[in-house]
Amino acid sequence: MLEYFVQQLINGLTLGSIYGLIAIGYTMVYGIIGMINFAHGDIFMVGSFIALATFLILTSVFGFVFLPVVLLIVLIIAMLFTSAWGWTVERFAYRPLRGSFRLAPLITAIGMSIVLQNFVQVTQGARVKPLPPQIQGGVTLMEGSTENGTILVQLSYMQMIIIFTTLFLMIGFTLLISRTSLGRAQRACEQDRKMAALLGVNVDRTISLTFVMGAALAAVAGLMFLLLYGVIDFYIGFLAGVKAFTAAVLGGIGSLPGAMLGGLAIGLIEVFWSGYFTVEYKDVAAFSILAIVLIFMPSGLLGKPEVEKV
Amino acid sequence: MSEAGQPLLRIRNVETYYGKIIALRGVDVDVFPGEIVTLIGANGAGKSTLMMTICGSPQARAGEIVYDGNDITLAPTHEIMRRGIAQSPEGRRIFPRMTVLENLQMGALLVDDEHFDGDLERIFTLFPRLKERASQRGGTLSGGEQQMLAIARALMGRPKLLLLDEPSLGLAPLIVKQIFEVIGELNKRDGLTVFLVEQNAFHALKLAHRGYVMVNGKITMSGTGADLLKREEVRAAYLEGGRH
Repeated sequence: MLEYFVQQLINGLTLGSIYGLIAIGYTMVYGIIGMINFAHGDIFMVGSFIALATFLILTSVFGFVFLPVVLLIVLIIAMLFTSAWGWTVERFAYRPLRGSFRLAPLITAIGMSIVLQNFVQVTQGARVKPLPPQIQGGVTLMEGSTENGTILVQLSYMQMIIIFTTLFLMIGFTLLISRTSLGRAQRACEQDRKMAALLGVNVDRTISLTFVMGAALAAVAGLMFLLLYGVIDFYIGFLAGVKAFTAAVLGGIGSLPGAMLGGLAIGLIEVFWSGYFTVEYKDVAAFSILAIVLIFMPSGLLGKPEVEKV
Repeated sequence: MSEAGQPLLRIRNVETYYGKIIALRGVDVDVFPGEIVTLIGANGAGKSTLMMTICGSPQARAGEIVYDGNDITLAPTHEIMRRGIAQSPEGRRIFPRMTVLENLQMGALLVDDEHFDGDLERIFTLFPRLKERASQRGGTLSGGEQQMLAIARALMGRPKLLLLDEPSLGLAPLIVKQIFEVIGELNKRDGLTVFLVEQNAFHALKLAHRGYVMVNGKITMSGTGADLLKREEVRAAYLEGGRH
């Protein structure tokens, strides 16, 4: 059944795009300061809450109705506020610990994750927050018939928006990192922070900017998640965070294309496993594949080998 | 701008520690505009520590460092470098996963973009080897090429004061000669002020206007290059057997 396969492929790419966008935040922060920012999934959750709040304020308080404009404003505000969160977390929770032993920022990150979750739970309540579907409809790509009737392959407008936004952001980001002086400064800090400072790079500011960029992308993912699934709660950051982190490791942590590839891979594995086998075991499948890949390729699919000629 | 007679770099009584271990014990050094000054000494004497202390990494725990009339002792590294100091550091510290060109772009980070093409042309004339390797990753260069790249990267920052930490380390004598010629030429032609740390004392003292000798974190002798070359203690400790 080709149609079924194609439909799952589309669904998988959509989910994978969201994972990939979150995974970039993990991988960039790891690349530059060698730390897993366990609070990043919760930054994503905060992003989706800010998006929801902004959306409701715009539509019900100010009475905006034209959806594209509303969504654009929501996106910008969510990115701004989430970036401010990311910046604040780095500035007050991680920077004071830079230079201390390696586990300290890691433990702080877990603490920060708990703080963010509970803060949102206390201020927003523990119940799920619904948002009625905003973008409906789609296009039918294929039509096939089976013994049980016809099967349609549909690409919804929402899926299109998610896939194309992700593609656009990925291209933009890759160019930013590879071509601009900011991107060069980031890579320089990644490779030799002391030398970067000797060339006039403000290392602290560059690290802050990395957190801000990761948080902004997480906000985009948060908005997409909200629009796609229509419900959010204070706990969505945890599972999405673990998945995105897995994606970053699978792709090769520290590698930007790796994060995207890993995200797509995790998304596809989950969706195909659910589609052909059982939904209950989709996470088991995703993590098993991670384990298998790491056994044979310890630095991930696109990871850099540690050895370098000196 | 500094007036004539004012040192471009004035180091007074500087003490630097690594944790509880003292590395510099009250160092005094002056570098005047347009000079080449060399600092020689054995391994572990504290030469590289002084170079890094000038750049605020680590910062001096006592004493003062004045550059161009401003106290920079406790300024953050990136702000010190913004004032026109560039360093080619110990161990070269090339960015291994960046191309040669990107390494040079990093060197020019603080310089207006309009100068880039001209400066790059000039660097490639000085080091034609780097032009051939422009798109190769820094980590794949040979030691000598990396050394050239480290110096070139520092020059791309259009420094007023160039700090060179052992540019001759690990290089073939012919290349050492070339590099010293380049340094001498930049000094004569552009008036570039150079503070040079060397173990290769003979070459360094010949090139330099003045020199300092460092032993165990302290300056023990100073004088003109020619003067130091003649001194018995210097010859015995740093030159005999090294004069090739």
